[in-house]
Amino acid sequence: MKATVSRKPKFGVVVFPGSNCDHDAYYALKKILGFEVNFLWHKETDLYNSDVIILPGGFAYGDYLRTGAIARFSPIMNSVIAFADKGGYVMGICNGFQILLEAGLLPGVLLKNNSLQFVCKDVYLSVENSETVFTKEIEAEKVLKIPIAHGEGNYFADEDTLKSLEKNNQVVFRYTSPDGKVPEEFNPNGSALNIAGIINERGNILGMMPHPERASDPRLGKTDGALIFNSIGKYFLN
Amino acid sequence: MLYLFLLINLFNKFSGPTLMHQPQVTLELAIEHGLNKEEYERIKNILGRVPTFTELGIFSVMWSEHCSYKNSIALLKTLPREGGKLLVGAGEENAGLVDIGEDLAVAFKIESHNHPSAVEPYQGAATGVGGIMRDIFTMGARPIASLNSLRFGSLEDARTRFLFAGVVKGIGDYGNSFGVPTVAGEVYFDESYQGNPLVNAMAVGIVKKDLVASAISKGEGNPVMIVGSSTGRDGIHGATFASEEISEKSEAKRPSVQVGDPFTEKLLLEATLEIIKNGWLIGIQDMGAAGISCSTSEMSAKGKSGMKINLDKVPLREKGMTAYEIMLSESQERMLCTVKKGYEEKVKNVFEKWDLNCEVIGEVTNDGILHINYQGEEKAAIPAYELVLGGGAPVYIRETKEPAYLKEVRAFDFNSLPEPENISEVFKKVFSSPNIASKRWVYEQYDSMVRTNTIVGPGCDAAAIYLKDTNKALAMKTDCNSRYVYLNPKEGTKIAVAESARNIICSGGTPLAITNCLNFGNPYKPENYWQFKQAIEGMGEACRFFNTPVTGGNVSFYNESPETAVYPTPTIGMVGLIEDLNDITTSYFKDSGDLIYLIGEDCEELGGSEYLKVIHKKVAGDSPKLDLEREKKVQETVLYLIKNRIIKSAHDVSEGGIICALAECCIICDEKNIGAEVSIPVKNRDDFSFFSESQSRIIVSISKHSQPEFEKYLNEQKQAFCLLGKTGGDKFIVNNKISIHIKDLSDIYFQTIPRFMNDER
Repeated sequence: MKATVSRKPKFGVVVFPGSNCDHDAYYALKKILGFEVNFLWHKETDLYNSDVIILPGGFAYGDYLRTGAIARFSPIMNSVIAFADKGGYVMGICNGFQILLEAGLLPGVLLKNNSLQFVCKDVYLSVENSETVFTKEIEAEKVLKIPIAHGEGNYFADEDTLKSLEKNNQVVFRYTSPDGKVPEEFNPNGSALNIAGIINERGNILGMMPHPERASDPRLGKTDGALIFNSIGKYFLN
Repeated sequence: MLYLFLLINLFNKFSGPTLMHQPQVTLELAIEHGLNKEEYERIKNILGRVPTFTELGIFSVMWSEHCSYKNSIALLKTLPREGGKLLVGAGEENAGLVDIGEDLAVAFKIESHNHPSAVEPYQGAATGVGGIMRDIFTMGARPIASLNSLRFGSLEDARTRFLFAGVVKGIGDYGNSFGVPTVAGEVYFDESYQGNPLVNAMAVGIVKKDLVASAISKGEGNPVMIVGSSTGRDGIHGATFASEEISEKSEAKRPSVQVGDPFTEKLLLEATLEIIKNGWLIGIQDMGAAGISCSTSEMSAKGKSGMKINLDKVPLREKGMTAYEIMLSESQERMLCTVKKGYEEKVKNVFEKWDLNCEVIGEVTNDGILHINYQGEEKAAIPAYELVLGGGAPVYIRETKEPAYLKEVRAFDFNSLPEPENISEVFKKVFSSPNIASKRWVYEQYDSMVRTNTIVGPGCDAAAIYLKDTNKALAMKTDCNSRYVYLNPKEGTKIAVAESARNIICSGGTPLAITNCLNFGNPYKPENYWQFKQAIEGMGEACRFFNTPVTGGNVSFYNESPETAVYPTPTIGMVGLIEDLNDITTSYFKDSGDLIYLIGEDCEELGGSEYLKVIHKKVAGDSPKLDLEREKKVQETVLYLIKNRIIKSAHDVSEGGIICALAECCIICDEKNIGAEVSIPVKNRDDFSFFSESQSRIIVSISKHSQPEFEKYLNEQKQAFCLLGKTGGDKFIVNNKISIHIKDLSDIYFQTIPRFMNDER
């Protein structure tokens, strides 16, 4: 669904009741990285010609019942699903990733962290697939430092799904050591195969637990998250 | 005891659908409600008749210690409550307000939720966070940071671990979902808190100066609206529960603990800020303790007006609630607003957009009386002024008596302490005290980064929170060493203020003002009241000296259980302004080959020290001395060095003394693990000098090339200092007597609390 004319993409950030990283994503995209951004209210269905939809972090509908379980039924999600089905670019961050899984746009589930505790800290990520539109501009072998903040980020899928994710290069990010190794001790939540982010087969829907919008402002001392937003930005420009 | 027992049964007796008729109000019933004979007589005089049952309920909560501050307000008024950059004096609004330039003001406040957390740690702590957040956003301020100060019994004890884990999870779950980062705090463990943990929550918010909302109601005919959650039976008599000692019966008070819903509060936040911004309000107040009773009476009293309330309009969670129950319910996530007449629909539309209740429940009157109607009857008619603090609520100054223990503890002879044979082992033991060890196990459960303003998060001296669209940041910290306060209430409280300020300075900020949470025992015991009075005197002296006025806060008495009385704990929450983001400084060493200096000097003070407690199992001596002039000079010196980019790190010396502070500088930052070789000047004994907790000391590191400039400035200022050593290598080497690999140091520091909590010891 890339526009025929080269231009910066327009982002749409969905606001669910209980979203709390919506303003952070908006701020990073607009004020730090200079993209055009609109908020998309959950009760509406209009995506305002957005090129990339962000499902932000937070606790949509309080995460009551189950994370993302209610959010996926909201009016805006019907539009987002239709948009994604047509090849539109969608990025789910943290709670947004959970919603994508509930909506069936990505395979697998996110369980409670194996520590049974919420965890917020900087983690290191390897970029396992740098061919996606979200990772194209990241130099090979670069280890990203991006924070996580979640209670349910323990990625789980059956053996066959995991195999097919690996086979199709759908694992985009893995939790690693600062030097890019992937031992279990650097897995912050028990995720299968240290998975931190995956993409669908078609390559237009990315879900990730880490928060790139929290690693975009140089004033906060880390900027690796901006590489992800800029990748999709450049993709539209070229 | 009989009195307590009766009180505990209040909830069961007078709540519930079985209640058909209101009981006859008598002196006995008033006493069961926690009022005394004089107070009951006073109520009869005010009304000119015997109060109705609903009125008795309203008076009992409004005149409870928790709402009326009856035993503390006279002393609190001696604190510096205005001046500096204060925009609103203490006690005038829901939270204090300080000017930070650029048309912005910072609102902040700390509050206790000790008793609820003692019986139901998860909900007790969660609703503590929710309550303090509402205090901030009812001012029109958007909360930008959450802090806390926690005290528990010994971590060796299984119940302590249960309470600790529950409180931390409660704070985390509420704040994380609400979307405000928890950025700083403190946690102490001491047997004195065994039966009565302390849970103090602080919130900080930002507001444009012209959008500040007030907790006022006025203008005859203006509609009064209740917004947010519906009202249920939870938390009835919560305020009364908070105004008595914890006992074995407290477990039965679980129904007095409210239940939190951060999701609703998040919606309430957005809707509230939206209506304030649009200028449709006269005033707004959150409903915390004493629910509708408190918000209606306080807002009316402030506006010298009255209200006619129809409780039939209040959205209820349960059927069959009485007027008494509705007036006393402490259901969370509710607000009372007085709206400009004609704007009701606009306000309703905003709340509907956020799927929240919003009902007109009455209107403002000019007679100054709170009229409460329900089911066609007037259930209460009370002059609002008579109910509130600063109005008709009683004010007492209690008897004081210097506690006998002080003579005994102060007589302790430190020379009687055996000199340690293996100083290295002793250091490891002190460094692994849960009071010194990293609280990472705690703060990783908090979202410390949401809102993307956190430049320095938990784990350093103070947090630094960026103010978007400016080049400034706020520094913030909570602090209190209650052992010092126990040994010397006045000096100990001065130290709490000074140490908060020192932490703000070390982060590159200038202290602005404080909020306080005064956790003490039963004020009717003269020894407790003496501690309280001394602490207030010390706080006043230090705050006047540092020009950091008190913006408000909270008093929590009755922190006692049958087994223990807590150490007097006047927690200080301080906020400072960092004028330039480049001033932000952290505590850890930055590069190998840097020089390490101590600014300030040691006086071999071990009274109340962590060393004395951990190694010798004693809490004795006098608190360290605080020389305010010396403290100020050290702070000014370090701030000058920071602003002129002469130093690369600054860390204050506190619990565990200089040796623990140095060790922390080596390992606090995961990515900057740097060893150090130091020589700590020893006067008499290694243990005295290594673990002394003398005040007004800061460890700094500098590049070698800055040495001449650094030393010249300190000499010019006649500021005491000494070169301790230099950074580098992978070992922490002290006086050639201690040599520990920084990996081992890091393991002690970061794994001590997880080992306790995972039962891996």
